[in-house]
Amino acid sequence: MITVNGINYYDYDPERKLSLWLREDLSLTGTKIGCDIGVCGSCTILINGEPKLSCRLKVKDVENCNIITIEGVALPDGTLHPIQQAFIDAGAIQCGFCTPGMVLTAYALLKKNPHPTRQQVRQAIRGNLCRCTGYQQIIDAIMLAAERLDLKQP
Amino acid sequence: MKKAFRNDAHAKVTGQAIYTDDLKLHDMLHAVPIYSELPRAKLIFLDTSAALKLPGVIAVITAKDIPGNIYYGQIIKDYPVLVDKDINSTGDVLALVVAKTREQAIAAVPSIKIELQPLKPILDPEEAMNPEADILHPSHVSNLTNYHRVRRGDVTSAEKEADIIIEEEFSTSRVEHSYLEPESAICHLRCDGVMEVFGSMQHPFSTRRFVASTLGVELKDVEVKLLTSGGGFGGKDDTAALVCARAALCAWILKKPVKITYTREWSMRESYKRHPYKMRYRMGLNKEGKILSVKARIVADGGAYCSVTPWVTWRSTVQSCGCYEVPNVETDVYGVYTNNIFSGAMRGFGSPQINFAVEQLVEIAAEKLGIDEITFRQINMVKQGSTTITGQVLENHLVSLNQVLDTVLKESDYKNKRQLCSFGNPNHQEWYGIGLAICYRGVSLGAEGTDVNSAILYVQPDGSVLLETGVFENGQGSESAMILIAAEQLGLPLERIRYRMPSTSNIPDGGSTVASRGTIMGGGAVVKAANILKQIVGEAVQKYTGKTVSNFENSQLLDPSGVLIMSWDEAIKLCYNNQIYPYAFGVFQPPQISWDEETGQGNAYYTWVYGCQAAELKVDPKTGIVKLLNMIAAHDIGKAVNPFALKGQYYGGMAMGAGYALFENCPCENGLVVPTNFNKYRLPRSIDLPEMKAIFIENPDPVSPSGAKGIGEPANELMAPAIANAIYYATGKRYHSLPIRIKI
Ligand code: FES
Ligand code: FES
Repeated sequence: MITVNGINYYDYDPERKLSLWLREDLSLTGTKIGCDIGVCGSCTILINGEPKLSCRLKVKDVENCNIITIEGVALPDGTLHPIQQAFIDAGAIQCGFCTPGMVLTAYALLKKNPHPTRQQVRQAIRGNLCRCTGYQQIIDAIMLAAERLDLKQP
Repeated sequence: MKKAFRNDAHAKVTGQAIYTDDLKLHDMLHAVPIYSELPRAKLIFLDTSAALKLPGVIAVITAKDIPGNIYYGQIIKDYPVLVDKDINSTGDVLALVVAKTREQAIAAVPSIKIELQPLKPILDPEEAMNPEADILHPSHVSNLTNYHRVRRGDVTSAEKEADIIIEEEFSTSRVEHSYLEPESAICHLRCDGVMEVFGSMQHPFSTRRFVASTLGVELKDVEVKLLTSGGGFGGKDDTAALVCARAALCAWILKKPVKITYTREWSMRESYKRHPYKMRYRMGLNKEGKILSVKARIVADGGAYCSVTPWVTWRSTVQSCGCYEVPNVETDVYGVYTNNIFSGAMRGFGSPQINFAVEQLVEIAAEKLGIDEITFRQINMVKQGSTTITGQVLENHLVSLNQVLDTVLKESDYKNKRQLCSFGNPNHQEWYGIGLAICYRGVSLGAEGTDVNSAILYVQPDGSVLLETGVFENGQGSESAMILIAAEQLGLPLERIRYRMPSTSNIPDGGSTVASRGTIMGGGAVVKAANILKQIVGEAVQKYTGKTVSNFENSQLLDPSGVLIMSWDEAIKLCYNNQIYPYAFGVFQPPQISWDEETGQGNAYYTWVYGCQAAELKVDPKTGIVKLLNMIAAHDIGKAVNPFALKGQYYGGMAMGAGYALFENCPCENGLVVPTNFNKYRLPRSIDLPEMKAIFIENPDPVSPSGAKGIGEPANELMAPAIANAIYYATGKRYHSLPIRIKI
């Protein structure tokens, strides 16, 4: 069994490339393919909360795992996660091709380290290439999300 | 907190935005390219029989199957959509394998037998320029795609008067655009006979021309629709259009939808790059610090096909002396055919190379004269009323070079920090340096093409508005900028305006969304359309109420004394009730430019932008590793339409400039591009870059109806020389070629 965004799947080809299984078979096309060799981060997904590159894995590698893709980050009613909202508000989105991978990497970072420094954010997203933004507003967005998530905690 | 506005942000942050490869059509087939292994050869024979027997393979399409023209190109029609006989590059596509799945198509590629007759490739532009060299494109008289020049004053006499003459050579690397989304296209023949093309491209109209030419049909028979684009930077023109043309060809022959999505390897192998330049400069100076003359010889490796080399090198010609007043100039610029991968448009378009040379050259000159590099620039840079090297008098807009320079000097504390620079001092643990560069840039196309753009504002019966312009979204936020300008003009909230899905069948071709012209040209057209629309609505209201509308504000129509006449929605209802359509088509045409190709004189651009960037860095004296400490930029952008998006352009441009300076290089070995993925092609990552600062200088341009100018390219053309200068002050060594590798 594989759980993707809360839905359980039992029927799959274990030898299929994970990125293609998500994109082609489950129509979760928010996971992007930029290099297909594990160096750009566009295909980042969360496997049991850890950011992983789906272009480097096969379906059998994630059996009994819990996967979250970009489609599973917002609440079911469509309300954006604070990280997503912060990406919009801070102007962190240009062409958007790196955005899903960036949001998921940020998601994993803030789970582990809710109060990162800018330098720690820089380190955390080093595996995610972005050609458009120079990363500045992406870092702004993640810092903003951390601040907002903090305010939400009692 | 002020928040950013983007009409596409929600879709992108939730993964719902549809890029081309995300789309599937019913019964869709997949095609993949087969490349030439040799940079120059004759195609003798291509045997597809074994491949056709493999599972899932439907067809192998070759040049013989092309119903229209085999060759196409934006300026010279020299690019074979599929090779029929002559191979000029390892990016040439010999055939397409079409199969039920992409994996099946890829699996069939090795089964295709190809016989080539090798020819000796020409890989060095200087060799190609030798009159004895083989002519690579027999239909063209020489291996030059173009030759541009500037002739002003008398360099020979000026050099006699000069107190010193300096001579320097510079070279720049071939650079890959590295849009994160590789090329992708889906084409299908619609039941009405129109070939519908979905893709990610710089300019859908350019794609439409490629597709129509290949199929041999009229422009009306092709409709190109731009889906979400995963970046362009000037790079999604010819190659993206060729991918669309090939998918269309397969769809035309097989009567089924066909998708082609490139791997990164194919994309980097086949797509055009930033031109590598070799530049030789001789500068004559007097003791007072005036530049008397410049003689420049510039050679651009255009690679196997012409693409837009004549236009790219034209900008280099006009801007060949940087932003300085030079009374005597002899510039010769050559675009050259070789068998390397072809070169074409890339953000900056012929200016990053020039700035890398000139912004170091002026510092070398200043040092020789014993004048500090800032004073030297201030003596020679263009000012209000200055005449450029092509004889254009800068008087129709504010020349703000001093303003951008002063801003960066102050914000970076340049003069104090310059005193701290290490100059390769052996006693320093790490070498510190600060450096800057300045530029001007002609806005939009100049003599590269006809400059016009249009916009349609179409108000619906409920008062909501559909907007469309001739500029296209490549990730930079151009649609959002257009919406912001329309909202301001009409006095409506942003959410009442929707940008229509762009299509080549709705609006006239407004030229490519390149040359940082989107905001000024499209924005200009939106302002014109809004004025026409307000006149239509205003006249209707006047006719039926007798009241004069003087303002559209907060969804209301106000009379000259600011009294409410009626709401926007009521006014629109009134229009429709009286059979008046609130529909406006606006055209913006900037002032004409002039150009004499013989002398290289004329008013090359209708207005100019000014910028300055600086960088601080450290160099490790043991390893030579450069660490960027910060980067700062000030540009006169006319008017800030969308501040967050504008900053994004600054940051992205500076980052790309830093990559150009320190990392990026795409060498060709025997014509074959060496790095074909991001493991070998080094893009700047988050940890390579420092914090950046973006400063807006706003001097609304009288020529621009919205006041705004452009930023995409200016932001990208200064960081390499700024870093080169900082490295000089850190290490005491000048680096004349890119990317800079510190020698210890
Ligand atoms: S597509 Fe997986 S890392 Fe680039
Ligand atoms: S926004 Fe385009 S790659 Fe990051």
